[in-house]
Amino acid sequence: MYSHNGDNFFVVDGHLHFWDASPANWVSGQEQYAKGWIECFHAYMGLGPEETHWPIEKFQKYSEDDFVKDVFEDGHVDVGIFQSTYLKEWYSEGFNTLEKNAELVEKYPDRLIANGRWDPREGEAGLRQLEEDAKRYNLQGVKLYTAEWYQGSRGWSLKSPESQRFLEKCQELGIKNIHVHKGPTIWPLDKDAFDVSDVDYVATNFPELNFIVEHVGLPRIEDFCFMATQEPNVYAGLAVVIGGLMHARPRFFAKVMGELLFWVGEDKMLWASDYAIWEPRWQVEGFVDWTSPEDVEFSDYPRLTTDGKKKILGLNAAKLYGIDVPEEFQISDEAGEPAAREDAQLVDSA
Amino acid sequence: MNTRARVLEALSKVHDPELDEPITSLGFVTSCEVSPDGEVEIVLRLPTPQCAPNFAYLMAADARNAVRRLPEVGRIEVRLEDHYTGEEINAAIARGDGFAAAFPGETDDDQLDTLRELFQRKALVARQARLCKALLADGLTPEQVTERRVADLRDDADARRCLELRGQLGIGCDPDSPAFVAPNGEPVAAHELTLWLRKARLVRTSLDVNGSICRSLLQIRSRRGAELEKVGT
Repeated sequence: MYSHNGDNFFVVDGHLHFWDASPANWVSGQEQYAKGWIECFHAYMGLGPEETHWPIEKFQKYSEDDFVKDVFEDGHVDVGIFQSTYLKEWYSEGFNTLEKNAELVEKYPDRLIANGRWDPREGEAGLRQLEEDAKRYNLQGVKLYTAEWYQGSRGWSLKSPESQRFLEKCQELGIKNIHVHKGPTIWPLDKDAFDVSDVDYVATNFPELNFIVEHVGLPRIEDFCFMATQEPNVYAGLAVVIGGLMHARPRFFAKVMGELLFWVGEDKMLWASDYAIWEPRWQVEGFVDWTSPEDVEFSDYPRLTTDGKKKILGLNAAKLYGIDVPEEFQISDEAGEPAAREDAQLVDSA
Repeated sequence: MNTRARVLEALSKVHDPELDEPITSLGFVTSCEVSPDGEVEIVLRLPTPQCAPNFAYLMAADARNAVRRLPEVGRIEVRLEDHYTGEEINAAIARGDGFAAAFPGETDDDQLDTLRELFQRKALVARQARLCKALLADGLTPEQVTERRVADLRDDADARRCLELRGQLGIGCDPDSPAFVAPNGEPVAAHELTLWLRKARLVRTSLDVNGSICRSLLQIRSRRGAELEKVGT
């Protein structure tokens, strides 16, 4: 929780990691990819305040103590959601697998939630694994990475018939939060890994599932926004938006926030630190302090109130994951109109 | 103007297809050497080694084609440095091959053309957003804005780039054509202008944000590169 000027914020970090990208975990023959991946992440850390930068050695592998201090003690995070990311073609034991994340969840059961994953290219075996994982870890969500490499394939689409089977399985197993990575990625080649039209397709076909688009489709925010206005069950995952822009490019940050508030609305935006790319503390404190610039360029964006910030920092995610939020963090129902414009609904296509 | 200056001028016309900015102003051209007998060597460096190979290929190929149009240059070498697929792309460019030949069995050129066209349309919309905003700020009504013709456009960088993109997309740009068009080339009606501008401004924001992230990452990369050199690793 974070208290500031008499306001109490319940903080849910919608996207964080506990990874091992140290050389000992690099797959032999794939070292350049394993090394390149983590170095690319490390460059993104450079977009945060200088005093929060880590040396690459710590960044490759940080300890449980680091995690607890950065996230719970200093970072104000009440509940964190692990988005498991396997990348087993590059990392022998995986980058941060469900099994590894679950070990931490066991130690901090009220503070952490681990999401699973699936990959339609794994077929029947993948479906069985998903079923086992769901039962063993009581999965509420999965993180999907459509640009992941697998046996010579360099990506897949949610539109594929195999994906439909996995989504049906999710529905059957009660896994209702589908986080899809649509953001900065490695090696999209001809597979247009940023393309959000596949989310559009499945959001329509699976209205009972929630689709959280991680990194808001960067570098194609516009495609994401136009799509999100059409689909009531599509949410904006703000990992990278706050971490990557709020400090490094504050005016662009204000514009992106303004656009998201207009097109998507504050009820469907979820903050996430993307730890360990960026530490949560400066993001939470900075966002609570943040106001949009006053000049005319920003004048017709919806304004974000303290209540709106409470939703984005935790209440929205708490709803999706059924997290109990104590009364003192709730906002009253008479809080007024949420920031979003009705005419955003009029958009049919870009 | 000497040959090197003309080569650089030609490179300044090459745009990052995703960002719609010249590769020279983005800082992607790290070196440009011209030998006394007109041999040209160009080195490109992108913000991360993982930048999308499709866009990387387009920039390298466009750079080579732009320079090849200069009559006084001889052999041209374009080299993408510190990039995962640099070897494949450099070899394909040197052979004069397309993207598909750089990655046999993994892609085909049609998709690359489609991708380029998609971004040309985005770039056009985003450029028009700036022109349109300026007119509205001058006090014009939506009707007056949508009645504007190509001939009415001020001769500035945004307008010139709009016309260049329209030409590439096959959207009419004779003096009597409408100044503001939807991504498919259809004229924008006055009653649609507010929403059209809203969308166009979002595309503008998206391109600007991506450009700013690319610049920041490139700066971080250069700084770290310099630090590594200093400690001699």
